[in-house]
Amino acid sequence: MSALAHVFERAGLATVGISLVRGQAEDGRAPRLLHVDFPLGRPLGRPSDPDFQHRVLDAAFALLPRADVPVLVDFPESIVDESDGPLACTLPPRSDPSSHPAVDEAAGLRAAYERQRAAAGRTGVARLGGPERIPELVVAFTRIADGAPPEEAGLAPEEVPLGGLDVRAYYEEAALALVDHVPAARQAESWLYRRTEVGRVLVGARDALRAAEHPRRVWSVLVPVGQPGE
Amino acid sequence: MIDRGIRDRYEHIDTFDHGDPAATVAPPLAEARVAIVTTAGLRPDGVGAWADGQGYVVLDGPARDLTLAHASANFDRSGVAADLNVVHPADRLAEAAADGRIGSVAPRHLAFMGAQLDHTLTTLRLDTGPSAARLLLDDGVDVVLLTPV
Repeated sequence: MSALAHVFERAGLATVGISLVRGQAEDGRAPRLLHVDFPLGRPLGRPSDPDFQHRVLDAAFALLPRADVPVLVDFPESIVDESDGPLACTLPPRSDPSSHPAVDEAAGLRAAYERQRAAAGRTGVARLGGPERIPELVVAFTRIADGAPPEEAGLAPEEVPLGGLDVRAYYEEAALALVDHVPAARQAESWLYRRTEVGRVLVGARDALRAAEHPRRVWSVLVPVGQPGE
Repeated sequence: MIDRGIRDRYEHIDTFDHGDPAATVAPPLAEARVAIVTTAGLRPDGVGAWADGQGYVVLDGPARDLTLAHASANFDRSGVAADLNVVHPADRLAEAAADGRIGSVAPRHLAFMGAQLDHTLTTLRLDTGPSAARLLLDDGVDVVLLTPV
């Protein structure tokens, strides 16, 4: 982001940026940055809190008159992620005992996912064919977790991280529909990886691919840094 | 608190030396046209995988059906899923313009993807970045708000 600030300022555009990693902001020496000690992924701080977001923007825009660049100012409020407190989110009961528990679980969340998709008017399940492909992806990851190479499980190696992100988006969007508030940062993620069958499958798939010495780019995205077994 | 460990890991990474920063003087904010340029890898085409390298995509001002195509797993994604404004505060800019706190909102915003593996960012510095600047200047933009994810 700092590179863009340098390019834009030289072209005649004034810039102000929001920083989430202070050391990178210091090293990049962008002209005007507001550093926020907010969760990664939430540079405006609080979703669905317009007043808070305006305070962040006002603090950023207040740097524009500064000519003593580079300027790096800290926003006075902090927000921490709550990964240690997984979202309390009720999972649907088993409906098809003959199927793998992860596949059954994913199918049971489809209605919640669709409610959130309709409410938001958008979805992050957009890499490998949309929500219709989620059951197939979950089956593939169960096979990979059991030791099958990606191709035998029905995925090209380069599709593995994309499929993982699709499954994660499906679960996190479903979770939003199952609670009556916007979760704190990483609560939905921790619910997925620490409370669900699919989370266990993704961790198992990551472990199996790593043990089989597949390139890091194939498996590293399946489980975020800091989640179980990382 | 996973973010603390990730920040420690990535606090200092290889960074291109851009030299002393230039500083363009903006007009008064109440007269300025503001655009958002995010490095969150947002896309307007429903495609959830970023395939544009150090390039950028254009986000029409009214568009809200944007997809987070950033490749990293290591940040919270539920915030963006719940409220796009947490990375792309287009609604907040519209409110600021209506209140007269900024002059106007640009007709188009832009998205790049951060976390590029090539820290020299040669294509961005010499090609796509200047191209993006020209697009914004053609739209009468005075101020760019840069947001990460």
